[in-house]
Amino acid sequence: MTADQIVFWVFAPVSIVSALLMLAQRNAVHAALFLIVNLFTLAVFFLLLDAPFLFAVQIIVYAGAIMVLFLFVIMLLGVDREEQLVEHLKGQRPLAVLLGAGLVAEIVVAVRAGIGFAERVPEGFGVVNEGGNPKALSEVLFRDYFLPFEVTSVLLIVAAVSAMVLAQRRARPVTRAEREAGVGGGRP
Amino acid sequence: MSTPIASFVVLSGILFAIGTAGVLVRRNALVIFMSVELQLNAVNLALVAFSRMHNELDGQILAFFSMVVAAAEVVVGLAIIVSVYRRRRTADVDAVSELRW
Repeated sequence: MTADQIVFWVFAPVSIVSALLMLAQRNAVHAALFLIVNLFTLAVFFLLLDAPFLFAVQIIVYAGAIMVLFLFVIMLLGVDREEQLVEHLKGQRPLAVLLGAGLVAEIVVAVRAGIGFAERVPEGFGVVNEGGNPKALSEVLFRDYFLPFEVTSVLLIVAAVSAMVLAQRRARPVTRAEREAGVGGGRP
Repeated sequence: MSTPIASFVVLSGILFAIGTAGVLVRRNALVIFMSVELQLNAVNLALVAFSRMHNELDGQILAFFSMVVAAAEVVVGLAIIVSVYRRRRTADVDAVSELRW
């Protein structure tokens, strides 16, 4: 067993268990913390697959920025409220577990038929990563994928503006009921 | 590297299935959103694994783009959750049922 296999078999169970624990948490903050563990293990897999740039981006963007945003919103909505874990729809939970298991079985069969379990990765990725992974990646990104890259920047600006528009508080006129009750300063 | 590429793809499939089950089972909009993030990340892992398998960098580029789009999606989604919370005082998806048939 080589070093990369040991790393894989140590981190794969951590990844799956943290994902399962994320679902089982009653408190949203605990779920977010387990998701961070999961994102870190995925970053390790990126490193194993010779993608050090994506490893760094995964930690900075996902485990850093996006999860801070999640925790911020959780704190904004109140951390002390516990979710109702009682299910209203009959049979929803067993069916969800059953469908999840079916999905896994389907993927295993598809992988077996498609690439086979014994397929080793080919040598020669060092040639592709000539001069370092970020350099090679940037050459492909700014040559072959330049237009998509620019479109993505437009998308990010639109997302930032839309978040500001959606989350801002608008002053609204005071309704008659509020005026009669003597409450309401025009704040929703 | 001597780990078979299929093990990465199967792991990614398992994580995707867990994320799908999370979207179906949970009621809190924030946790549903986290499950969607889990699904996106599982797909990223599969993309990077295929990129390694074919000795091409395009898979990594695609994973990079999907991370950017996921970031934009999180920003808009969380803003929607916050504005729903302002109106309804809850993040429970069952409470938002005006458009239900």
